[in-house]
Amino acid sequence: MPIEILMPALSPTMTEGKLAKWLKKSGDAIKSGDVIAEIETDKATMEMEAVDEGTLGQILVPEGTEKVSVNQPIAVLLLEGESAGAAKPAAAAPAPAAKAEPASAGVPKAAAPQPASAPAPKAAAAPAPKASGQRVFASPLAKRIAANAGIDLASVHGSGPHGRIVKADVDQAVSGGGARKSAPASKAATPVADFGQPYKEVPNSGMRKVIAARLLEAKTTIPHFYLTIDCVIDEIVKVRKELAETGVKVSVNDFVVKACALALRKVPQANATWTDEAIRLYENVDISVAVATPEGLITPIVRHADKKGLAAISAEVKDLAARAKAKKLKLEEFQGGGFSISNLGMYGIKEFSAIVNPPQVCILAVGAGSERAIVKNGAIAIANVMTCTLSCDHRVVDGAVGAEFLQAFQALIENPIRMLL
Amino acid sequence: MTDTQFDLIVVGGGPGGYTAAIRASQLGMKTALVEKENLGGICLNWGCIPTKALLRTAEVYHLMHRAKEFGLKADNIAFDIEAVIKRSRGVAAQLNAGVKHLMKKNKVTVFDGHAKLAGKGKLNVTKDGKPVADLTAKNIILATGARARELPGLEADGNLVWNYRHAMVPKTFPKTLLVIGSGAIGIEFASFYQTLGCKVTVVEVLDRIVPVEDAEISTLAHKQFEKQGMVIKTKAVVKSLKRNANDVTATVEQNGKAEEFTFERVISAVGIVGNVENIGLEGTQIKVEKTHVIAGPYCETGEPGIYAIGDLTGPPWLAHKAGHEAVICVEKIAGMHPHPLNVLGIPGCTYCHPQIASVGLTEQAAKDKGYQVKVGRYPFIANGKAIALGETQGLVKTVFDAKTGELLGAHMVGAEVTELIQGYAIAKTLETTEQELMHTIFPHPTLSEMMHESVLDAYGQAINM
Repeated sequence: MPIEILMPALSPTMTEGKLAKWLKKSGDAIKSGDVIAEIETDKATMEMEAVDEGTLGQILVPEGTEKVSVNQPIAVLLLEGESAGAAKPAAAAPAPAAKAEPASAGVPKAAAPQPASAPAPKAAAAPAPKASGQRVFASPLAKRIAANAGIDLASVHGSGPHGRIVKADVDQAVSGGGARKSAPASKAATPVADFGQPYKEVPNSGMRKVIAARLLEAKTTIPHFYLTIDCVIDEIVKVRKELAETGVKVSVNDFVVKACALALRKVPQANATWTDEAIRLYENVDISVAVATPEGLITPIVRHADKKGLAAISAEVKDLAARAKAKKLKLEEFQGGGFSISNLGMYGIKEFSAIVNPPQVCILAVGAGSERAIVKNGAIAIANVMTCTLSCDHRVVDGAVGAEFLQAFQALIENPIRMLL
Repeated sequence: MTDTQFDLIVVGGGPGGYTAAIRASQLGMKTALVEKENLGGICLNWGCIPTKALLRTAEVYHLMHRAKEFGLKADNIAFDIEAVIKRSRGVAAQLNAGVKHLMKKNKVTVFDGHAKLAGKGKLNVTKDGKPVADLTAKNIILATGARARELPGLEADGNLVWNYRHAMVPKTFPKTLLVIGSGAIGIEFASFYQTLGCKVTVVEVLDRIVPVEDAEISTLAHKQFEKQGMVIKTKAVVKSLKRNANDVTATVEQNGKAEEFTFERVISAVGIVGNVENIGLEGTQIKVEKTHVIAGPYCETGEPGIYAIGDLTGPPWLAHKAGHEAVICVEKIAGMHPHPLNVLGIPGCTYCHPQIASVGLTEQAAKDKGYQVKVGRYPFIANGKAIALGETQGLVKTVFDAKTGELLGAHMVGAEVTELIQGYAIAKTLETTEQELMHTIFPHPTLSEMMHESVLDAYGQAINM
């Protein structure tokens, strides 16, 4: 069977591109790895390599053609002993777009929520372009281990024959090793100047590398903007005291989690993921809570936070945080989530802005609650105030939507009794 | 005038060495090979191949005795030991000539002599103490192999006490024989002599014979050998050998009790030692441990530009391991990116009757490594082809990782299993899970169907059992 050469997806977000130039012509012998064409996207011109060996048959899309859809057949590759005639039927029927979904890194079609935590091993980076379709070559055992560990094979570098992914590659990816494909931008290691200062080198852990890659991707590809609001938390201080007297210990952060969860019910656009085709609004309210560990940041998830009481949330956060520090979290406990909270209040930080945790679109940075002078009814008064900053992905959340969320959040946090409703 | 400068020189012409030379030549290196005795090494001249010829004789002889079972008549069944040996030597000679031809065809310059390292990139070759050539090379691969281990008191003398080499060319056929050691070499000779009618006793220091194999396989083989009349003493030690005029009195200690037995001949098969002497390792950074050279994943030694492969290095000491290392090593030298050797992918074959073959981890080893295992078993007695062949004794056992479906190991005992094991070796290399093995269509009627059923059995799905 002749092989259809399909328009490759050269980035996770690419849907179409220009076939700039054919570097081989019909009848040329093609070896795996040969550069056969140049493809132009809105960002760059990239070389397209052949995956299979054979002879280039009919060219279906002439060079210079614009807006060629990803996965549209652009040429036919004849295998040994095949004639051009055999290629005709395949060429006549363009592959439907759904046939080979581009393995776009962060947004597979599956309805399952995407990993949101920093060290999630799922692809943070775009897979290297593959010439004909997006088939990932992996051994059955590698596939099984990857499925067990929740790893996207598109993010794993194959070290086997012809780049086949083998067990060792997946094992390395699971343990956070260097087998993952890196984004084209980060491929070349940045040379770091050495001015002769004495230093000690601390090798990057797998977790550190994942944090670096994901946050770099987030900060460079997500159009961030920030909204800041002050919340008077006198009521929370009061309620906490009352609860403490009855022996129930609840932290301010537990109120924040609960308030966010209820606010997300009102403003579901903040509990979402951007894909090229659609905005995915999550039906559950799962909140990722950033926890600092000696290895780095991890974000365990309080699932269905909107449906849980304060005491339940409090107990869950405590448990997750303790296990996060002991590195005992299960994969599903930190992969997923639709919204993140990062709280540096315990360090006395007044306010800060956080980086969105993809594929989520919002993260709330919570500062320390402290007594401050406020103006109330024309007079200066003292109140406990907590400053919160919401970082938003503007592709999904516009300024007004972000503001609506913060307003809803503030109303809840200033009147905790409403959280009972 | 022969050229003396090469890209690569290989020391030793066994299955590791000559393979390295051919691969290097294929990759465009100017290659030389130094061999002091026979091209093809022990394997081809004094090991794997000639013993297979002997064991084939034993097999045919055994079948002739079973002629009646197959509806045949055969009277006066006998053998001529000289003719048996002649055939075995003829097979070796044919293959030795084949290797000579391969060297020529691949333009490998062969030096007849003993090579010794003489400084960086230099080798001196001598023959009978006289200099033959002083060679230089960018890279050197040492493939000097190994020889039989000699234990004090059990040294081979070639007359009464034999090593494998003597055992291959006996002047007379003994009526009684003691085999010390039940590894592959010991048990193959035990099986050969036993089948031809010699009364064989095997002494093994460990608690079971063929101790590297799965315990279940050892047990089944043990029973078969005993049925054939072989005497097997495990957890036993030969304390001393008294060499008499025409026989040997052996003191064997078992369960703290020493007993004397007399045998016409003794085969000492207590392992091998690497040929590390007199090849100029002294003064280099090459490390030797327990008579074997320490080599890295790409066969590199501590000395830049010098590599070591095969029996000279660590276990398993098998020809096919040497040949595979040869390719890895040469491709690495050539700047290619070979995968290092995966020891768990190396099949092991023992050609006794019944045959034994295995690859990967034994059930116990897998458990010791912390795997949760699924174990499949399928007996020869339930296989149609085995019954038709009249070979109903045997077992195919498979060990899977319950979590991932990885085939951790496969262990077989019975007819032709040495020809079957490659199927599981391919499965391991391709990293199949139980699913692909289940979905593979095995032809009927064949012995290989048992390989399928064993996999099915591991998951409670065996059809014909």
